[in-house]
Formats: sequence, structure tokens, C-alpha cells
Amino acid sequence: MSPLLQATDISKFYGSRVGCQNVSFDLYPGEVMGIVGESGSGKTTLLNCLAGHLKPDTGAVLFDTRADGMQDTVKMSEPARRMLSRTDWAFVHQHARDGLRMGVSAGGNVGERLMAVGARNYGQIRAKATDWLDRVEIQVDRIDDRPAAFSGGMQQRLQIARNLVTGPRLVFMDEPTGGLDVSVQARLLDLLRGLVREMELSAIIVTHDLAVVRLLADRLMVMKDGHVVEAGLTDQVLDDPQHGYTQLLVSSVLQV
Amino acid sequence: MIRVQDVHKRFVLHNQAATEVAVMARASLTVEPGECVALTGASGSGKSTLMRMVYGNYLTDHGHIFVGDLDVATAAPREILQLRRAGLGYVSQFLRVVPRVPTREVVAEPLLALGVGKEDAFARAEGLLATLNIPKALWALSPTTFSGGEQQRVNIARGFAHHYPALLLDEPTASLDAANREVVLKLIEEAKEKGAAILGIFHDEAARNTVCDRIVDVTAFTPHLAA
Amino acid sequence: MNEYNFAYLDEQTKRMIRRAILKGLAIPGYQVPFASREMPMPYGWGTGGVQVSAAVLTPEDTFKVIDQGADDTTNAVSIRKFFEKTANVAVTEETGEASVIQTRHRIPEQVLTEDQILVYQVPIPEPLRFLEPSEVETRKMHALEEYGLMHVKLYEDISQHGAIATAYAYPVKIEGRYVMDPSPIPKFDNPKMEMAAIQLFGAGREQRIYALPPYTKVVSLDFEDFPFEASKADQVCGVCGAEDSYLDELITDDEGGRMFVCSDTDYCRTRQGNIT
Repeated sequence: MSPLLQATDISKFYGSRVGCQNVSFDLYPGEVMGIVGESGSGKTTLLNCLAGHLKPDTGAVLFDTRADGMQDTVKMSEPARRMLSRTDWAFVHQHARDGLRMGVSAGGNVGERLMAVGARNYGQIRAKATDWLDRVEIQVDRIDDRPAAFSGGMQQRLQIARNLVTGPRLVFMDEPTGGLDVSVQARLLDLLRGLVREMELSAIIVTHDLAVVRLLADRLMVMKDGHVVEAGLTDQVLDDPQHGYTQLLVSSVLQV
Repeated sequence: MIRVQDVHKRFVLHNQAATEVAVMARASLTVEPGECVALTGASGSGKSTLMRMVYGNYLTDHGHIFVGDLDVATAAPREILQLRRAGLGYVSQFLRVVPRVPTREVVAEPLLALGVGKEDAFARAEGLLATLNIPKALWALSPTTFSGGEQQRVNIARGFAHHYPALLLDEPTASLDAANREVVLKLIEEAKEKGAAILGIFHDEAARNTVCDRIVDVTAFTPHLAA
Repeated sequence: MNEYNFAYLDEQTKRMIRRAILKGLAIPGYQVPFASREMPMPYGWGTGGVQVSAAVLTPEDTFKVIDQGADDTTNAVSIRKFFEKTANVAVTEETGEASVIQTRHRIPEQVLTEDQILVYQVPIPEPLRFLEPSEVETRKMHALEEYGLMHVKLYEDISQHGAIATAYAYPVKIEGRYVMDPSPIPKFDNPKMEMAAIQLFGAGREQRIYALPPYTKVVSLDFEDFPFEASKADQVCGVCGAEDSYLDELITDDEGGRMFVCSDTDYCRTRQGNIT
């Protein structure tokens, strides 16, 4: 088996300030990697560099494309990269309104990616949207409602449906459970875990919530001041942290 | 099947004046297929630490820990994940699951992760839950609200769902009543017959004597006690 | 006889607009930015169309203006007078006589010919605007041919109304490349856009010009299971009896009386002349 994504030596600077520096890792098909760190640690900058939203100053992000194998998405032409982000990639934003079209119905939101890749049969698009609403546990009779009428948890599930409908292989998630009630978080986590397993998705999840990565991520990277200070198996990093910062992070979490 | 060779472990507490705590030195043991070995020693002597190292949950500073052909002490995370999926099971004392997931699915999950079909995985899960006397009415509920004994049995069912060639058991019979204790001992015997190499911690001496072939006292590996 | 430069605009400005028009003709459906001038009339009165007309008119041209198909509405009359005064060109209400026709909201019923130019007044040239507010993003979408969003709009129509309810400004795809807003003409007129005449589109406030050379392929967007239909009121003209022309509904009294008449006044009048 070969990696799905290979990041080598990713650095991004904002003037003289470090966004993230010298980050390298491999992600294999079906793997979920968590990136934790406090605000300003560079985890979101890194995610945006990986997902093509930001251009890193150095480094390569190789992705195993279906057509041509490993390609550096940093050097890729913009149309090709945008095509990738509509097909093989998905991005789940922390705030659902950043990832949804609030003026378009739930069904239209889910159908957009299908239509973007050429679906032109209304009945089939609607059937697929219906199926996906069901999969993310949104009542099918809400298909023509706009997301503004949905709760935060439903909006987040709708965003996930909208992203996964084209069967991507890699999902980027930025604080997917941030701002949700704890009970709603659990439901979302359960849903994500099931989808990751069933669709054999790879995922990169940025969060500051250690409980989220313990439940979702196979592997973990800990970031501080733009650098990866520790990486390994999620439970190993959390239970036997080697770096002082990770030890502090882990010991700061309230146990319940 | 499980070979621990000259293993050392210390903790460095960076936020407490970089205090170094040596917890294991020169640990060696083997567990053959079909064999059950019990770790003994006083509380704090390193039984759980060694188990966690074998599972890859704790890093190993020095030495080798072979589970099958893989040296857990030096393996990459994804190799350990692969090992855990198919080759190495772990029944811990604590159940750690996503709230809201039904018990049936919690137990079936290791099989689903291996690609077993939903129907077969659920059938196996339900069989184990029935054997472990978890009332059928609870199968569709999340185990997070169950009693300690029930959670322990769900954990055991999950640990035995797949026939792992190597299995780690941390107090599998603690907080169980006599009937369920018998069931668990029988599951262990069955796993041995299927050739599983089992390493466990059993405070329950009678249970230990029933299922274990050998005992390894980890006190011998505890630096401040052995020295 | 007048102190205006021919057709009001100075020669430099007309050249600039002609360059935009030529670029538009070279890339059918592509919105060419141009430096729209202040005109002696408010935005919304066809300042884009007027500038395009000014740039293409020659002293030998015969000019016609229609608004909603009619030659005698305020907007049409004032634009016609504007060019009578500033360009001293001949004007007509007969479609067949005109060499340049400026229009708002309609395409004449009579088939246009290769020696004619149809100039459309366009309020909002960007077909993606209502779904994507960012101009940077819509330009990128055009550049990369990312038109899924256009179908989202049609999807929303069907999901809400059971059919594609968009009745005017119905989006079209040009030569398999650019998606274009045909200006607020009724979708009944969409099929007519594959025509012999040159079609020029001017948006004054939005500072865009786009164009279709003769015989350009124009396809109205739709779904396989909800195909495009060039619909009109299922009536005949109450005046001339035409069955094939686009009809306006007129309320004739306070008792709910109504009639349907051709929106193209010249077409209707010509037919009446033929009947009597």
C-alpha cells in the first residue's frame, strides 16, 4: 500500500511570523490523522496549506490522483486543484455557514457537487440527495428547507453530506465539532466514524479537543508555535506523551 | 507469539523539573501460541505498564517487543494499527466508546473494521452478548449508562469478537459475579484452544490458577524494587 | 444641424466600445469589461445598449427601438429620439426595415437577417450573480467552466415549483463554453437566439459588453428529465389572431375582462395589414 497524501517540509510564513514550519508526514488510505494544538499553533494554517486554500512558501503536498498517480497539489494548475477539491477532496468547515449555501435548500446543497461534476438528471440528483440526508440522519422531508432553518448540529451534518456525496477519498476537517453542544458532538462523532469506516475515507482533523481525536483519529500530531512537537499513535501520544508541551496539554484536560 | 526482550522504560516529567522515573528494566518474557501467562507483582510494580507497552500504548525506550513478526518497540504507528486490527486484542478495565453508539455495534466494531459484513458481525456480537448475559433489551442502547459489571462484560465481548492470535487481558474477571466469571474463563479457554497467546493481569487468584499456564512476577523488572 | 458628435459619444470612446464588441464577438458569451460612460439618461434606461448602439451606428443605418416588444413606450421613444437628434439616422418601427434594433426584454417575432444587428439592454450581465455574490469568484468560475451552480438554481426551481419556473433571463450556454445571461427576454425567445443577425449585449451600470456572432450555438440549460420549454400563454392574439407570437395579457375593464395581444407591436400591425 502506498500513501494517499505525502506532505514534505511544509512551511508558511506571515511576514516574519511563522505560520507552520517544516511539517512532513504521510497519510495512508483509510487513516484518520488528528492535529491538535492551541489557538495560534499553526494547525489551521497547515490544514489550509494541505487543502490548497493557502500556498505554502516551501514544501510539497503529494496526492495520489486517480488519473496520474502522485501529483504535487501545490504546483498543480488551479483548475486541476479545484477539480480535485470538488471530487476526491472534501473540506468540512468549523462553521457550517462557511461550507453551505445558506440561500439554497438542503437538497440543492447536497446536489451541488453532483451537478458540478456533470449530473444532469433531476430525479437522480434528488434521489441521491435524499439518500445522503438519510445517511446523515436529517429527516428526508426537510430536503426543501433552507439550512438557516436547521439546528447547528443539523447544519454540520448537512455540510458533511454535501461534501461526501461525490465519494471523496480525503476529507479535511477544521474543528468539526466546535461550537456544538456536547450531546450533538457525540452524534456527529459517531456519524463521522461510521462514514470513515464505510467509505474507507482518509481524514485530517484539526481540533483542540483531545476527546475528539481520541475517538476519531488513528494518529496524532501535536503542534506548538508552528512546529510539530510530537507525533504518533493517538492513544500513545495521549497516554505516554514525550514532549513537555504535550504533557502539559494532556494534564490540563479535565477528566470526567 | 509474544516475545519481550530486555525492555526498559522510564517516564520524563518535563513539567516537574524534568524528573526521570525509571519504571522498567531488563524485562523479558515470552508467550507461546495457546499459552496464557499471568503478570503478577504488587500494585505499582509495572504490570499495566508492560501490557501497555506490548499494545503500543506506551513507548518502549530500549529492547524489543515482538508480537508475531512485528517489533512493537520500533514499529511505525500504521504497523501497530494494522497489528491491533487483526493480530493483537486488548481487553482493558475501562470501556472507552463514543456515547450513543448501541452496544451491539460497540461489540461488532472490531469485526466491522476488519471488513466483516454487518450481518455476520452483528450475529457474532449478539452471540457474545447473550453468552455474557447482557439482557437483550440493552443491546440497542449505548453502554455508557450501564453498570460497572455490564460495561466490563461489553468490553470483554468486544475483545473476544475477533479471534486475535495474541490477546492482552487486564483484570477480565474483576467486578463480575460467579456465573459471568465462569463464562469469561470459558472464553479464555476457548481462545487458548484456538491458539491465542494470552498475556494477562488477574488479581482473582482462583481464575489465574484455572486459566494461566505460567506466572511472571514483574517485580524482577522493577528498577527501584529489583535494585 | 446639431452640435453633438455623431451618435453623442466622442470617437475615442466609440473606438474603445468597438474594441470591446470585437473582443466579445471573438469570444462569444464572454463578458468583456468596458469603461462605461455617463449618458444623459438614468441607469436602467438602457445606457449600456445606447452606448453599444452609438458605437455601431453609421449615418446610413435605419434604427428601431423596442421596449417589451413595443415601439411606442416611453423608453423606446426617448432612445429613438435621442439617436434621431444626435446621429440624425433614419428611424423605423418596421423590423424588416431596420439595420440596427435596440431592444429591452424581447426579440422581434420576424426572423432577423444577416445584415441586421440586435442590441440588447442588460441590467445584470452575470448569470451566476444571484448565487455567488463575489465577482472574483464568478470570474474564476467562468474561467474554469465551473457551472454546477447554474444547475443548482434550476434544481431549486423544480424542487419548489415542480418545474423550471424561471420564465425570463433563462441561462444559456454558448458554443459549449460560456454560460450567459440572455438579458430579461422571456424564455420563449431563447430559441430565436440562434439567428443570422449579430447580437450585442450592453450593461451600462455593470460595465460589461458581450456578443454573439451570427449562427452561434445557444443552448438553454436544463435537466434530462426536465427539458427546456419555450413557453408562452396558451392563447391566440386577440387582435391579429397570431398563434405563434409571444403574448401580453391586458386587463380591459374593472370586471375582470382581459385579452391577450402580441407583445411585438410591429408584428401584430403587419399581420393586421395583411388580413384586411
